[in-house]
Amino acid sequence: MLWSIPIALGLSMREFRGKRVVKSIFTALIGMPTVALGLILYILFSNSGPLGPFQLLYSPSGIIIGQAVLITPLIVSFTVSALESVDPEIKDLARTLGASEGQSSLAVLGEAKKGATLAVVAAFNRAIAELGVAMIIGGNIYGYTQVLTTAISTEVTMGHTVLCIEMTAVLLAIVFSLTLLINLLRRD
Amino acid sequence: MLSLIGPNGSGKTTLLRMMALLDKPTDGEIYYKGEKVDNSNAKAIRGRVTMVFQRTMNFNKTVYKNVAYGLQLKKMSENEIKRRVMQALDVVGMKKFDDRRSKKLSGGEQQRVAIARALVLEPELLLLDEPTANLDPKSMLEIERIISEIKKRATVVIATNNPFQASRLSDRVACLLNGRLIGEGTPKEIID
Repeated sequence: MLWSIPIALGLSMREFRGKRVVKSIFTALIGMPTVALGLILYILFSNSGPLGPFQLLYSPSGIIIGQAVLITPLIVSFTVSALESVDPEIKDLARTLGASEGQSSLAVLGEAKKGATLAVVAAFNRAIAELGVAMIIGGNIYGYTQVLTTAISTEVTMGHTVLCIEMTAVLLAIVFSLTLLINLLRRD
Repeated sequence: MLSLIGPNGSGKTTLLRMMALLDKPTDGEIYYKGEKVDNSNAKAIRGRVTMVFQRTMNFNKTVYKNVAYGLQLKKMSENEIKRRVMQALDVVGMKKFDDRRSKKLSGGEQQRVAIARALVLEPELLLLDEPTANLDPKSMLEIERIISEIKKRATVVIATNNPFQASRLSDRVACLLNGRLIGEGTPKEIID
């Protein structure tokens, strides 16, 4: 959210050359296969890659960065869509009431907060449920970089079906309960 | 109080938007009380002018929070905000609606909230863009009553394509056509 929301605000509020192309790129990146992104980041994070010195490969930090990159296009695209559905005169309204450029943009974001919240929830669900980045970048190291999805993948291949079902139930419970909670808060 | 009258597309809204410093003119300059408006003083001058738009537009918040928005930007104390908001809601007859969600109000009620939101900032200049255009006759008369009260405390410029409304409410009338001022005078001189 830290950079995705400001990017979305910039994309929806400002006019610039290539705006449609940039928006299309973000929309296209939503469908980026996680293994493809995992491979790209693997090359970047490896010892011979440009980010090798930061030792991100096979680390929790590397997984976090990878998933942040994965979900950025999702948050940006959905939030842009939500912002563009707000009456464009809301920004003018805020300005006539004394809002600065930044404050009026935040006023528009406030009107789009349901859509922006949905974007963040969808992005979180994508991140928590993805496998490719976590497996390739994290390496699935037990007790260190193993996450629910990589653990399920490993246990399935070892034939531990019951364990997999239990872990899947936990994963689904996290996803559903968070989504339900956010939806209840949105209604309020 | 000044009315801008003219047919649709004559430039009334455009002129009001330029007076509210929302749009810049393609040619010429804007002066406010004899002071030329430029980038250095636009924000300060914009703080003395508020506008009520033709389409009823409110934030998706309660009536109270809608009206309080501009005061919160000025970082006033909560007590002062509450006092001013309730006073403004009283003027427009919406005091009992303060905790209602503004989007659930009727068109006339929403327009009254919009006027209260503008009033609460105690502007020197209040711009009203066809404030009764989409309202039923009863709501229109109620808004006109409110405007008659407001013009005792602020300079009001109203855009309307209803010459009878202009005649009822205004001291001066300016007539626009195709983006040009074609006449200005008392309601009797221009309309009658």
